[in-house]
Amino acid sequence: MSDVLLEAHDLVKHFTVGGTAFRGGGERVHAVDGVSLEVRSGETLGVVGESGCGKSTLGRLLVRLHEPTAGTVRFGGRDITTLSRRQLRPFRRELQMIFQDPYASLNPRKRVAQILADPFRIHGQLSGAELRRRVRELLEIVGLSPDHVNRYPHEFSGGQRQRIGVARALALNPKLIVADEPVSALDVSIQAQVINLLDDLQDEFDLTYVFIAHDLGVVHHVSDRIAVMYLGVVMEVGPSDELFLHPVHPYTEALLSAIPAIEGEQEEIRRERIVLEGEVPSPVAPPAGCRFHTRGRYATEICSVERPPLVDHGGGRFAACHHPLDAKGDAR
Amino acid sequence: MPPPGADAEPLLEIRDLRVSFRTEAGLVRAVDGLTLSVDVDDVVGIVGESGSGKTVSMMAVMRLIRDPNAIVEGEVLLRGRDLMALPPNEMRQVRGGEIAMIFQDPMTALTPVYTVGWQIVEQLRAHRDLSRRQAKARAVELLAEVGIPNPERRFGQYPHEFSGGMRQRVMIAMALSCSPSLLIADEPTTALDVTIQAQIIELMKSLRRDHGSSILIITHDMGVVSDLAERVVVMYAGGVVEVGPKAAVFRDPQHPYTWGLLGSIPRVGRTRGRRLTVIPGQPPSLLAPPAGCRFAPRCAYRFPKCDERPELVAKVGPGHLDACHLDPAVRPELRRERRTA
Repeated sequence: MSDVLLEAHDLVKHFTVGGTAFRGGGERVHAVDGVSLEVRSGETLGVVGESGCGKSTLGRLLVRLHEPTAGTVRFGGRDITTLSRRQLRPFRRELQMIFQDPYASLNPRKRVAQILADPFRIHGQLSGAELRRRVRELLEIVGLSPDHVNRYPHEFSGGQRQRIGVARALALNPKLIVADEPVSALDVSIQAQVINLLDDLQDEFDLTYVFIAHDLGVVHHVSDRIAVMYLGVVMEVGPSDELFLHPVHPYTEALLSAIPAIEGEQEEIRRERIVLEGEVPSPVAPPAGCRFHTRGRYATEICSVERPPLVDHGGGRFAACHHPLDAKGDAR
Repeated sequence: MPPPGADAEPLLEIRDLRVSFRTEAGLVRAVDGLTLSVDVDDVVGIVGESGSGKTVSMMAVMRLIRDPNAIVEGEVLLRGRDLMALPPNEMRQVRGGEIAMIFQDPMTALTPVYTVGWQIVEQLRAHRDLSRRQAKARAVELLAEVGIPNPERRFGQYPHEFSGGMRQRVMIAMALSCSPSLLIADEPTTALDVTIQAQIIELMKSLRRDHGSSILIITHDMGVVSDLAERVVVMYAGGVVEVGPKAAVFRDPQHPYTWGLLGSIPRVGRTRGRRLTVIPGQPPSLLAPPAGCRFAPRCAYRFPKCDERPELVAKVGPGHLDACHLDPAVRPELRRERRTA
């Protein structure tokens, strides 16, 4: 359980926006700005944060759908950031991704049979009757009827399409799946079905998940550990329950307090709402020092000058803050 | 506070509203007999999944359905006056004047080619007898009131210069500009991040205190409803399946669909490590909805009587109505079994 499957070290991804092809120039968006974390074999690591915090970019960096500006990703101990396309291919089988939009992530002109057979063709595995059998089997695994192989994506509902996306990710027996907002486009009742499906598949196929989402309830439900991101940086990492009950970072505290409580919910997790002033600063010019200092209610001089490192708070908890909260929720 | 006896007449009463659309495939019954009322000084939350008819019914109330293939039937009474029978120019005075609406995506509700200030001024002058200068002063005041920093400068800016949260504040400022007696908010926080959502919820609460408008909020987010609403309406496939005071609906839900809906939500501190209780299958096609109870095909407790359409009646307490044939006496037991299954 504790061996590290995937390890990101000081990952950085800057995008250039504006400018022109000839003159260059434009602005640099600091999408991911120095993220280090590890994903352990068999666990689900949740990544949460508000829009623009870099969580999706991080997900894509982890499976090398983006080339990092700096930093490394190690998978099973091997640095995959420097591999050529050809060298990367065997790793692609083991690292798969599920996308948010079940409408945009499936080619509308391909039948389901083709969508699910593509991974095998690309990787030169299976063909003929064997391939057809495997495709039908995949549909069954994700709870769809194998008789639907000849349908097109538009003939399925959103939830069913997301199941097809899951089947495609499973095709080559991956070790790790990065799921980027896999249920946020779905209605709650359908969302629950897909969450339960992902849960079952994890047990059945020994999968490791990186689960990226903005819905804190969903992330808490599925994750063993959670990383909280803000403006391209990890603010806090820790085991799900502890992180939710006793956040160390003031940003985590504010984020959790913003979730509207449902009538009848347990009192212990209800907290007074901390309404953050203002909005998330632009990732083009992130604040110096701690990125949260412009909105943090405990911020002092040092916060605007020095970027706090991710510090061990014991019990697998790490937080990057000059004024971490203690167990009672008071800032130091 | 309303004077004693004022609550005898609801502010808004919707009676047996039906909206259908003629399509090539047949008649789509989007709303099929919606009855609900909003009192003075009331906050009602309508919850339901996509396609349950939440939005289309509110568009019908505002008479904003322009589709020539739409058929709208039923009564909508605002303080006893039937909106369906109003001539268009009077309806225009109601819209924005007595009933204001805010939408999920403020970018599509604001026109990109005029400044935000111009749009608020236009709204004010359409409903109030104000000079240009007075209207501008009021618009700046409103922007300040909804918490937009530098309101004078922001007055002259275009919608694209505002963030999502700030645009929603502009929408709220516009909605409130004529002190409407009812504010209809359709998924007002769905496009926003949770910390910005919290800001908007707090803003709506404080505005309700200050202006005394009743609010009808449509959302799929149970947390938002629980936070804002006093009464909850649960819609499924074009009709109401359950309605009641917030505490009653959340703590003692009666309809199996409501059980499923609440059970599907991953709740912090409750469901971790457990499976979510799901509703099997999918909502019915509105082209050929089930003749009896619309939830019956997905319901684990259906019995022969479910082939008849259940009526929405109070069975467990005053103001707590549901449309289910199950004997109220057996429901708590069934629900307990369901949760531990």
